[in-house]
Amino acid sequence: MNELSPTSTEPKAQHWFTIGRLSDIPRRGARQVLLPRGPIAVFRTQTDEVYAIDDKCPHKGGPLSQGIVHDGAVTCPLHNWVIDLQTGDAMGADQGCVRTYEVRKDADGLVSVSLSGGSGKTE
Amino acid sequence: MTIRKKLVVIGNGMAPGRALERLLEKAPDAYEITIFNAEPRVNYDRIMLSPVLSGEKSYEDILIHDDAWYAEHGLTLKKGCKATAIDREKKQVTGADGSVVDYDKLLIATGSSPFIIPIPGKDLDGVLTYRDLDDVEAMLEAAKSGGSAVVIGGGLLGLEAAAGLKERGMDVTVLHLMPTLMERQLDTAAGYLLERAIEARGIKVRTAANTHEIIGEDRVEGVRLDDGTELPADIVVMAVGIRPNGDLARDAGLEVNRGIVVDDAMQTSDPDILAVGECVEHRGTAYGLVAPLYEMAAVVADRLQDGSATYTGSVTSTRLKVTGIDLFSAGDFAEGKDREEIVLRDATNGVYKRLVIQEDKLIGIVLYGDTKDGAWFFQLMRDGASIEEMRETLIFGQNYAGGSPLDPTAAVAALPDDAEICGCNGVCKSKIVGAITEHGLTSLDEVRARTKASASCGSCTGLVEQLMAFTLGDGFVPDAVQPMCGCTDLSHDDVRRLIVAKELKSIPAVMQELEWKTSCGCAKCRPALNFYLVADWPGEYEDDYQSRYINERVHANIQKDGTYSVVPRMWGGMTSSQELRAIADVVDKFGIPSVKVTGGQRIDLLGVPKENLPAVWADLNAAGMVSGHAYAKGLRTVKTCVGTDWCRFGTQDSTGLGVKIEKMMWGSWTPHKVKMAVSGCPRNCAEATCKDIGVICVDSGYELHVGGAAGMHIKGTEVMCSVETEAEALEYCAAVVQLYREQGRYLERIYKWMDRVGLDAIREQVVEDEAKRTALFEKFLYSQRFAQKDPWAERVAGKDAHEFAPMNRIAMREAAE
Ligand code: SRM
Ligand SMILES: Cc1cc2nc3c(=O)[nH]c(=O)nc-3n(C[C@H](O)[C@H](O)[C@H](O)COP(=O)(O)OP(=O)(O)OC[C@H]3O[C@@H](n4cnc5c(N)ncnc54)[C@H](O)[C@@H]3O)c2cc1C
Ligand code: SF4
Ligand code: FES
Repeated sequence: MNELSPTSTEPKAQHWFTIGRLSDIPRRGARQVLLPRGPIAVFRTQTDEVYAIDDKCPHKGGPLSQGIVHDGAVTCPLHNWVIDLQTGDAMGADQGCVRTYEVRKDADGLVSVSLSGGSGKTE
Repeated sequence: MTIRKKLVVIGNGMAPGRALERLLEKAPDAYEITIFNAEPRVNYDRIMLSPVLSGEKSYEDILIHDDAWYAEHGLTLKKGCKATAIDREKKQVTGADGSVVDYDKLLIATGSSPFIIPIPGKDLDGVLTYRDLDDVEAMLEAAKSGGSAVVIGGGLLGLEAAAGLKERGMDVTVLHLMPTLMERQLDTAAGYLLERAIEARGIKVRTAANTHEIIGEDRVEGVRLDDGTELPADIVVMAVGIRPNGDLARDAGLEVNRGIVVDDAMQTSDPDILAVGECVEHRGTAYGLVAPLYEMAAVVADRLQDGSATYTGSVTSTRLKVTGIDLFSAGDFAEGKDREEIVLRDATNGVYKRLVIQEDKLIGIVLYGDTKDGAWFFQLMRDGASIEEMRETLIFGQNYAGGSPLDPTAAVAALPDDAEICGCNGVCKSKIVGAITEHGLTSLDEVRARTKASASCGSCTGLVEQLMAFTLGDGFVPDAVQPMCGCTDLSHDDVRRLIVAKELKSIPAVMQELEWKTSCGCAKCRPALNFYLVADWPGEYEDDYQSRYINERVHANIQKDGTYSVVPRMWGGMTSSQELRAIADVVDKFGIPSVKVTGGQRIDLLGVPKENLPAVWADLNAAGMVSGHAYAKGLRTVKTCVGTDWCRFGTQDSTGLGVKIEKMMWGSWTPHKVKMAVSGCPRNCAEATCKDIGVICVDSGYELHVGGAAGMHIKGTEVMCSVETEAEALEYCAAVVQLYREQGRYLERIYKWMDRVGLDAIREQVVEDEAKRTALFEKFLYSQRFAQKDPWAERVAGKDAHEFAPMNRIAMREAAE
């Protein structure tokens, strides 16, 4: 596995890390990207939207990347909380929130994620 | 007379054609105009090439400007003369014929070119693209002698080409890389309907098909796919996408990214050069449809008259021009929490409509089968109009908009008496209404029994219920059915029945035909549907792993810390020194933290990180061990006792029978887990009387038990029957499991299924009806042909590799914020 460096020369506020191709992630599935402080989960929906969130369920830390992806949400594999991928909020009666990251995909199908700034909510 | 300024246009497609029209309307004498056109003809309607291909129109029908038009307006059209260079210093354009023309203003409109996939054989004779009249003529020439055509690309152009070639008598196959057709414009439900409609006209469709090479000596002979399949072909049409033509501009030193970069004034990086059409890139977007190009053209015409109009980008919509197929899509139809969707499905008429709404505004539209409201929806979307007031009726289209919400019984009330309600049994409205009033029927079952309406495929159940509500008024209380989940009103049983009756063979097919209310299902219905399809269509249905719970997807049990447990099979609880040694080696090699003997007579290796799973399995496979399916809604264990091999009380070879059962049953998917046991005598040391299926060996043979459990509810089995031989014991066990596979609701254990249908019903079918038993047994064995592949070995060999490796790693230094 490569050690990556920032691929953009934008001002330091936001570094975009290229993490791979859209086709590396199965539709209605997810992959992990490993970070020293813990993995993040990168999701691809049926309609090719891509979302990145901490791979840690707000309930008891379940790995959300392993859940079933339906519409814009994932069901946690451990106790079935449903997490909205765009906002990171638990849906329905459950209360909790997981940090989200900004993602972008370019015309060649490369997917990048920004670990700073963005719409991310703090842990 | 003033000297007119000189305007040169490069390219003579639809975009500059429109720009010139607009310019000439307002300022007919402003410019002396010369047009270079690489194509040897006038301007024609490119989007109507498909009707020309299919024979619905002729070239003459699709002309936009004929020769007379150019003459009348005094334009110089250089047909068949490609512009080869632009000299910005001298403000001159050079043509392929050597001519040099001066300009004051230059308009570049070079359009785009078809993208050719760089595979071996792409240059062979008979490999065509689909862009201009020459391509259509080449296709028509090839189609004269019949033969087969392969179209690569299942997008708009590919499908139109396929339909045209089919119309002209060729045998056509469409290859598409993605799992659904036109995936950029359609969601899966509409993609499914489209695929069905395309296939219904005799065109073969292969999705998820990657072309490896085009084969042939000097002419195309066929196409080879990545999976080795070869398809014969007399022509191959590549329709995989387009690429803006920016070379000429780039050579002239203009700024070009994907397309020629223009600003909101349609000006390139040179103030005297404008560009328009598919060759441009505006605010990062290159367009491939005419509507936005026409909007650009209007701005170009205005700017050429020193106006100040601006182009700020377009919202586009798509329609497919294949006669008899109506589809429309526009905007952004991805899901999201702050988005809400309204879905309408009418399976009988093949209609699917989906509107995506965000903050009371329409932002995405997919229509299939009934597109008459497409333009109206599109206008609402472009205007950003608030739909709050008409949310309830929006999906029904303009005619209902703003009106009162639809009363469903009003629709059936309006039907004529002889309207057919139940197609399967030919029952009309008056017959149902008559039966209800005459016999005082109040429940759906009574109506079914009397009239046969909705008693077969059941798809008219809703209509029948509406008729009952209409006839009985408030006196009608519909049967309370427990729907599968919030995505449907149908029960598990209805869904299963309809899957078989309507031969539904994929999840999108089920969701469309059974009128699912969501576009992609949920974590409850998807695994259930996947199981029903696996069970009902062995060998035909392709398992959808993304609809499986994680354990079944990666063939290991997830643990509370995100690691996994690995449980290899120990047939009938038997093991050996080699197996134990291999397990010990694996534990040491991978530092596996816990090794435990399970309650199911085998060994559990707990705490394996996901990335290590394939390597752990590889070592276990090498020692002859396979997956124990400890994670599966499928056969888990067959516990045994030592039986006649050792035990002083043993009456039969219980260990041997247990091993045989496990070898016959492993790998099978069932509604819930299935656990079995064989005890050698009524002392029952293998605890067979609290298993889903248990066998107690007795002197005279085998007592077969069903319906036990020892989990949340402890439940002793009931005796189904006794049999004399081991072969019979095997056959009866498999027949029960198959019946359960066909009738059980997803996540319903055997004992619950038995409570529901009754032990007598199981006996009738498995014990008393020999023909039925044999059929069940054979069906079970048939489906095992596809199910008995060790999932571990498949993954060691590379299947689903993406599951077991992170997508990437970001190193410490860079990730630090
Ligand atoms: C490992 C094991 C316990 C042990 O250490 O012995 C075990 C472990 C689990 N059992 Fe069990 N059961 C184990 C034997 C049993 C038995 C005994 C047996 O099979 O003879 C029973 C009672 C018999 C029965 O099923 O009727 C049993 C009744 C359950 C139940 C209750 C089922 C019910 O319908 O009431 C559950 C919950 C469920 O399936 O929904 C369950 C669920 C589980 C799960 C899958 C919980 C979960 O969802 O994560 C545990 C998975 C652990 C893992 O990752 O390996 N386990 N579980 C046993 C594995 C047997 C094997 O070799 O495959
Ligand atoms: C089969 C087919 C069906 C389509 N269906 C639809 C549809 O249903 N709806 C829709 O909105 N769009 C459709 N399109 C797309 C639509 O036709 C295009 O968006 C539109 O025609 C592009 O117009 P243009 O003027 O930018 O380029 P083009 O029409 O491509 O014209 C460019 C012209 O420039 C010429 N040229 C290129 N380089 C030079 C040069 N150096 N010197 C001189 N001449 C040059 C080319 O030969 C060509 O004639 C379809 C396209 C095709 C091929
Ligand atoms: S008894 Fe409960 S805790 Fe123990 S293995 Fe079974 S499910 Fe897990
Ligand atoms: S850890 Fe996710 S639901 Fe419990």
